[in-house]
Amino acid sequence: MMAETAPQSSWVKRIEPWLLLAPMLIVLATVTAWPLARTAYLSFMHASLDDGDLPRFIGFGNYLALMKDGDWWHAVRNTAFFAVISVTLETLAGVAIALLIDSQIKGRGALRAVMLIPWAIPTVVSAQMWQWMLHDQYGVVNALLIKLGFISHGIAWTAGAGTAMAAIIAVDVWQTTPFMVLLILAGLQIIPRDLYEAAKVDGAPGWAQFFYITLPLLWPTLAVAILFRLLDAVRMFDLAYVLSSKSRETATISIYARQQLVDFQDVGYGSAVAMLVFLMISLVAAVYIQVTKIRLISE
Amino acid sequence: MADLSLSNVRKAFGAFNVLHGIDLKIEDGEFVVFVGPSGCGKSTLLRAIAGLEDISGGDIRIGGEIVNHVPPAERQIAMVFQSYALYPHMDVYTNMAFGLKFAKIPKDEIDRRVRKAASILKLDAVLDRKPGALSGGQRQRVAIGRAIVRQPKVFLFDEPLSNLDAALRVNTRIEIAKLHRELGATMIYVTHDQVEAMTLADKIVVLNAGRIEQVGTPLDLYHAPANLFVAGFIGSPAMNLMEARVIALENGHLKLSVGEQHISLPYSGAPVAPGATVTVGIRPEHWIPGDGPSVKIEGTVDLVEHLGETSIVYLRLADGQMITVRYPGDIFCTAGDRFVADAPAAAVHLFDAAGQAMLGRRSGPAYGILGQEFRAR
Repeated sequence: MMAETAPQSSWVKRIEPWLLLAPMLIVLATVTAWPLARTAYLSFMHASLDDGDLPRFIGFGNYLALMKDGDWWHAVRNTAFFAVISVTLETLAGVAIALLIDSQIKGRGALRAVMLIPWAIPTVVSAQMWQWMLHDQYGVVNALLIKLGFISHGIAWTAGAGTAMAAIIAVDVWQTTPFMVLLILAGLQIIPRDLYEAAKVDGAPGWAQFFYITLPLLWPTLAVAILFRLLDAVRMFDLAYVLSSKSRETATISIYARQQLVDFQDVGYGSAVAMLVFLMISLVAAVYIQVTKIRLISE
Repeated sequence: MADLSLSNVRKAFGAFNVLHGIDLKIEDGEFVVFVGPSGCGKSTLLRAIAGLEDISGGDIRIGGEIVNHVPPAERQIAMVFQSYALYPHMDVYTNMAFGLKFAKIPKDEIDRRVRKAASILKLDAVLDRKPGALSGGQRQRVAIGRAIVRQPKVFLFDEPLSNLDAALRVNTRIEIAKLHRELGATMIYVTHDQVEAMTLADKIVVLNAGRIEQVGTPLDLYHAPANLFVAGFIGSPAMNLMEARVIALENGHLKLSVGEQHISLPYSGAPVAPGATVTVGIRPEHWIPGDGPSVKIEGTVDLVEHLGETSIVYLRLADGQMITVRYPGDIFCTAGDRFVADAPAAAVHLFDAAGQAMLGRRSGPAYGILGQEFRAR
């Protein structure tokens, strides 16, 4: 009995893990690996739907052109500026609000529920909503500011060169701070309360309790939260696309990639942009994880 | 160093009263243990003394000064928490030095104190380790070290040994007793473990449902429990408490009916009416026949436990009440045997219907003899 089944069972044993992994591997290959490989391949081609030419291999031609493309570098600067400012503001606001909710204030349950609303709304919907609220003639924001006497006539917030990026950052902060609050709150709640009591007996004032106890113990959570937001911010597309359309002043690298691929039908050049977006996000993640020494997978 | 006094200290959480007017005086250098079942308010009382809990009424004085509204750090107390509450991201040295930093103590003085505490507690070798890399006993000692370096007037311990295993608990208990002798500081210690209470305390405070039941030395509580609660709480196995009815008081003897048997006790207290219900208390270890008048109760053996150094016999009386008898050494009987338990009348406690002790200090059969023998050497 044993001798007969042994060869077969060892064969089954060898194949079994792969069988179990197969569905996931197939899905990953079709939706991630293949498109990525295809994009990488196209980025080395001259391939435009415009000129009717057949795609041809041009090596690093697209990348070299990109290096000299002012609009691309402008998009990189926009993206970096947006990512740094919005994530910084979201982190600061997130910590402040999470500390408030974590303290024993009245109605914190309701506060927590209300706070999540902006995050629950799809970005395109909230972007459109803010587009109307920020409208230069009919927007409620301008109406309010005029009534309060801060401005004399409506400002085209999302169209102005100086205000469009500020408006996008403001909406992003409004929308994603709840996400930060939620993660930070979870981090705050795992800090044992008796540490604060020990600190009180030790005579540590409130600020010292925050800097010596809360912040160091919150850091692992905070670092992961910032990473998530940072990666989101670097590939940001929808908010700027809806709020200020294709304005050069606010175009992010993702918007620039879409513009090349869809509007200009330049598949080769657009693929090169998309590859750079991919590489930049990977780079940001890699550097960040190295610097903060966070562990995404527990040992 | 300082004495400490509580007068009518009350604490309520909303409408729920946790402490109902606690009065207590603790002398300078005394080791006082708060003991009681969980929920009795002992931890709340300790936290109120620490200043971690605001009190709803009364006064707390440390060294004669009212500290009701003084923040914890300025009460000149130090506290050792049940969970130790060590800062997990700081090494042992920093954990101990943390509080001193805010007391504006010069760096070299901080260093001197931390190193001295570390050498007392044998932590020199682990000063640069984080709490996570320490054993339970070491963490415990770091928590104590953090208290020592503050040079407080009063040390507060909140069930400090409850997270240690049995062997370590005995060791650390002895260490704490030694520490008290060396520092001579006032110490207040909360526990639900009566062995810790009996071994460590100069004075035990028995708390129950937010009230003090009795204050006294460990042997006071053992030999002269003021009421049924203390009688049942102090001592392990617990004192046998048997319902009894007064039959008569004649010729200085109280005749009682216990479990359908009659016993007679010498009695010189306040008169009691025949028919009154009382509780007879006899400790399991006091069922040892002596020379003087004795109390005998007969029952059927339900179970015998042989622990080696002692044997415990569980007896069932005629009316179904159970009593526990503890003998030194071996005892040869088995379930179902008839058994006569015999205790000296001097070891019998008596409580009235309100649960208050009716007799003064009692003494166990072996207590007086052994005590004197050792003293004579």
